[in-house]
Amino acid sequence: MVERSPRFDAFCWLLLSAGLLLVFLPLYYALVIASQPDDTARLTLATLPGSALWHNLAAAWAKDDLQRQLVNSTVMALGIALGKLSISLLSAFAVTYFRFRFRTAAFWLIFITLMLPVEVRIVPTFEVAANVLSPVTALAGWLGWRLELNVSLLDSYAGLILPLIASATATFLFRQFFLVVPDELCEAAKVDGAGPLRFFRDILLPMSRTSMAALFVILFIYGWNQYLWPLLATTRAEMTTVVIGVARTLPTDNADTRWNLTMATTLLAMLPPVLVVVLLQRWFVRGLVDQEK
Amino acid sequence: MAIRGKDVVFKGRALPWLLLAPQLLVLAVFFFWPAGRGIVEAFFLSDPFLDRSIYVGLDNFRALFASPEYWDSVWLTLRFSAATTLLSMSVALALAVAADRVLRRSLLLRSLVIWPYAVAPAIAGMLWLFLFHPAFGVLALALRDLGVGWNPLLDGGDAMLLIVAAAAWKQVSYNFVFFLAGLQAIPASLIEAAAIDGAGPARRLRDLVLPLLGPTSFFLLVMNVIYAFFETFGIVDAITGGGPGGATRLLVYKVYKDGFQAQDLGSSAAQSIVLMVIVVALTILQFRFVEKRVSYA
Repeated sequence: MVERSPRFDAFCWLLLSAGLLLVFLPLYYALVIASQPDDTARLTLATLPGSALWHNLAAAWAKDDLQRQLVNSTVMALGIALGKLSISLLSAFAVTYFRFRFRTAAFWLIFITLMLPVEVRIVPTFEVAANVLSPVTALAGWLGWRLELNVSLLDSYAGLILPLIASATATFLFRQFFLVVPDELCEAAKVDGAGPLRFFRDILLPMSRTSMAALFVILFIYGWNQYLWPLLATTRAEMTTVVIGVARTLPTDNADTRWNLTMATTLLAMLPPVLVVVLLQRWFVRGLVDQEK
Repeated sequence: MAIRGKDVVFKGRALPWLLLAPQLLVLAVFFFWPAGRGIVEAFFLSDPFLDRSIYVGLDNFRALFASPEYWDSVWLTLRFSAATTLLSMSVALALAVAADRVLRRSLLLRSLVIWPYAVAPAIAGMLWLFLFHPAFGVLALALRDLGVGWNPLLDGGDAMLLIVAAAAWKQVSYNFVFFLAGLQAIPASLIEAAAIDGAGPARRLRDLVLPLLGPTSFFLLVMNVIYAFFETFGIVDAITGGGPGGATRLLVYKVYKDGFQAQDLGSSAAQSIVLMVIVVALTILQFRFVEKRVSYA
């Protein structure tokens, strides 16, 4: 602090408190509702926490598809995060540590996908997921062969994960990182007789650990919070993610809905990614700020 | 344009392609093929009964641009994006400036502000709907007691306010992280020098801190617009379903509705292409900015 200005400090504190109030208001209210016992009159108008939080959380936990959906979300988030990390590391290694024909072209192909978020190509991507071999049959059709191949990825983990797994951003970040790795390391590895894969595994990967951890947190959240794609790619309640599952139990006007249970379920659905962000805050913030570079 | 690689490289012609193979395969099947199909679909009228397509040129686009419903969707998306971006960035900036002043390095405070980033947009929407649901939301009933007419299920303007609130609430945490990092990167000596020259907190904020945050703000502006355009699908789908009467039918929601529920593939594909053009423009904008910054460095 550069000067003493109690009035300005007080103003800052006031601003911060108001901001925090706003940030926590929806969470507080969710906790209030989720902790009301079943027999509370006018449940949603409660303003103070009730006594039944654990009871309701346990009841929500025991609901039909919830555990299955939590598992699905975990598999999807981990699959997307780890998948993106591995294919991006490999591609970044290829475009920085090798010189080959069409290297620039390969790089730009990956770059262009930044401009194709799933939201702008939903219908055709859905068609491909419904029959992942449709590009092959169409190409064969042009060549005059008629093939009947049909492999659907809908309602499967592969279908939830694979279409979201390519990553221009992660490839960029790793490329940037590899570019500043000292050349001497690579020379030394070569002198010692290490091939490219050995160098990648024993030197480059351990050096990239912090970037990987930072990106992992961001990608895990990205995967967990996907909405449009799981909405399209799954039809069965036991294959969908917990976010979709919760959104389907949504406020309609029926008065007899058990809101306390709905809110408890919502809390369970948001807990894992929130814990990841809060507990791995250092990596999370680094992963975010890295994206600006 | 050639891109930079390492000066010391490995030999090998097949190996780099093997390393690239997983990424390129995924791209070919799930990006380029669908994008190509989308472009084709935009120029054809598909006939679901005959299993064939008729070339219709720009007809899908003409029909789209002649549709008042589409322009409604364009305008409300612009209004929504402007409101969400402005709200979340200004709140985040105010919080970051205050936090930087009184608690320069508090990790606790940062955790308290950043957690909404981890909440899925659809769930953020639900939390806000619960507060403001006209029939049972505690704040909606408080508003009613104050005599304010409020019903996001019937009134388009109210519904818009609700999705802006939910979208901005979630995005404040993202902007806060960047603004705080930007503020903490300003050397203390600069601030001290300005203070010695007699500039008070407000003056320093205006003439020193805000200009130095320029690049961060620009980056955030682009990211926020992208967020408002594309990632808010879940909020709309979960809490308003585009309603009432299309008042919250954002462009990305309309693409989905027209493509999957109305089965109007040609129009949906044409809309996708318009969205693609918007993303391309935003990406180029961002990259020009990155290049500019690099050349200053």
